[in-house]
Amino acid sequence: MTRKQRRLILIGSALAVLVLAVGLVLSALKDSIVFFNSPTDVVEKQIAPGARIRLGGLVQQGSIVRGDNLQVRFAVTDGQHTITVAYQGLLPDLFREGQGVVTEGMLEPGGTFRADSVLAKHDENYMPREVAERLKQQGHWRDEESKKAKGSTR
Amino acid sequence: MPLIDLANPTRFLTLASRALPWLTIATLAAFAVGIGLIASAPDDYQQGATVKIMFIHVPAAWLAMGCWSVMSIAALGTLVWRHPLADVAGKAAAPLGAAFTAMCLITGMLWGRPMWGTYWVWDGRLTSVLVLFLMYLGVLALWRTVEDPARAGRAAAVLTLVGAINLPIIKFSVDWWATLHQPASVLRLGGPAIHASLLTPLLVMALAFLLLFLTLHLAAMRNEIMRRRIRAMLVREAESAAQ
Repeated sequence: MTRKQRRLILIGSALAVLVLAVGLVLSALKDSIVFFNSPTDVVEKQIAPGARIRLGGLVQQGSIVRGDNLQVRFAVTDGQHTITVAYQGLLPDLFREGQGVVTEGMLEPGGTFRADSVLAKHDENYMPREVAERLKQQGHWRDEESKKAKGSTR
Repeated sequence: MPLIDLANPTRFLTLASRALPWLTIATLAAFAVGIGLIASAPDDYQQGATVKIMFIHVPAAWLAMGCWSVMSIAALGTLVWRHPLADVAGKAAAPLGAAFTAMCLITGMLWGRPMWGTYWVWDGRLTSVLVLFLMYLGVLALWRTVEDPARAGRAAAVLTLVGAINLPIIKFSVDWWATLHQPASVLRLGGPAIHASLLTPLLVMALAFLLLFLTLHLAAMRNEIMRRRIRAMLVREAESAAQ
């Protein structure tokens, strides 16, 4: 019995050390593991124009302006800060106002973000169309999300 | 039944051959019901019919992590309790886990292309699941590299326990780091974020996948025990021939 306990303690402590090591590595690399920066991150980190980054957030309501040749400008917001994005090319099907997007590109000196790719990010909610419409009619649409947006800065 | 009774491989074989036909029937029935429910499931309000990829993708992802969990428990059984069937259970689960992980990655890519606009990005969730897949391949390779099952089993068990650290990373990657992959829809605080009409087929499919795993795992364990008996017989024959 004691040998089993000794083996268990040995394995347990080895794993604990390993978990600690992995945890330290991951927290040290936090900035590079994060797939995109929110507009607030971009402002707070004072990211220099010309550096390649990914900018993610929600497409602000009423901000989409389409030009010639698939040119489009829209604002990406996280509720606190907003950055205008300029992009030329095809947009994903899910792209629309209020939708999450992750764009890749660089800040221009004027403060506009010039993106060369736009990906759509959807949330964890799935429901049939009729249910979505009923929620919208009753005024409960995205209750949870607006609560979350107030609670956190992400 | 206490686990110690299953330590006798002969008793395990009897139990397995009795359980396997029933498990097979249950698996087929669950898949029949699941596929029927998928056919009648409604389209998602924003993803349309594409949402149905979820019914394969999510159960495969759960099983991908579930197989490694089974292997981790088996690894403890090998290293700590020296249970004679533990490394058999671990070895039998590895190829199944690799297959479920591959299925999860492939369906995820096919789903990502129409919805996100890309097959692949190196975000926290996708990368950590790819690491899981590579760890499965590592365990499979290790089993093939070392010839003696007892020694191979111990080496694979150590690798399995090290790889278990990846499981919470996969699960919480979507909460810890900003990822393109959306957060958890089912196993989350505050209950599932999926409407019942889509959640029911998902859970039935998850049950079908679980039964499929149990069936294949039990059959693979049985085969592994037989294989080792043949190996032992051949070794004994070679020894008596040499004398």
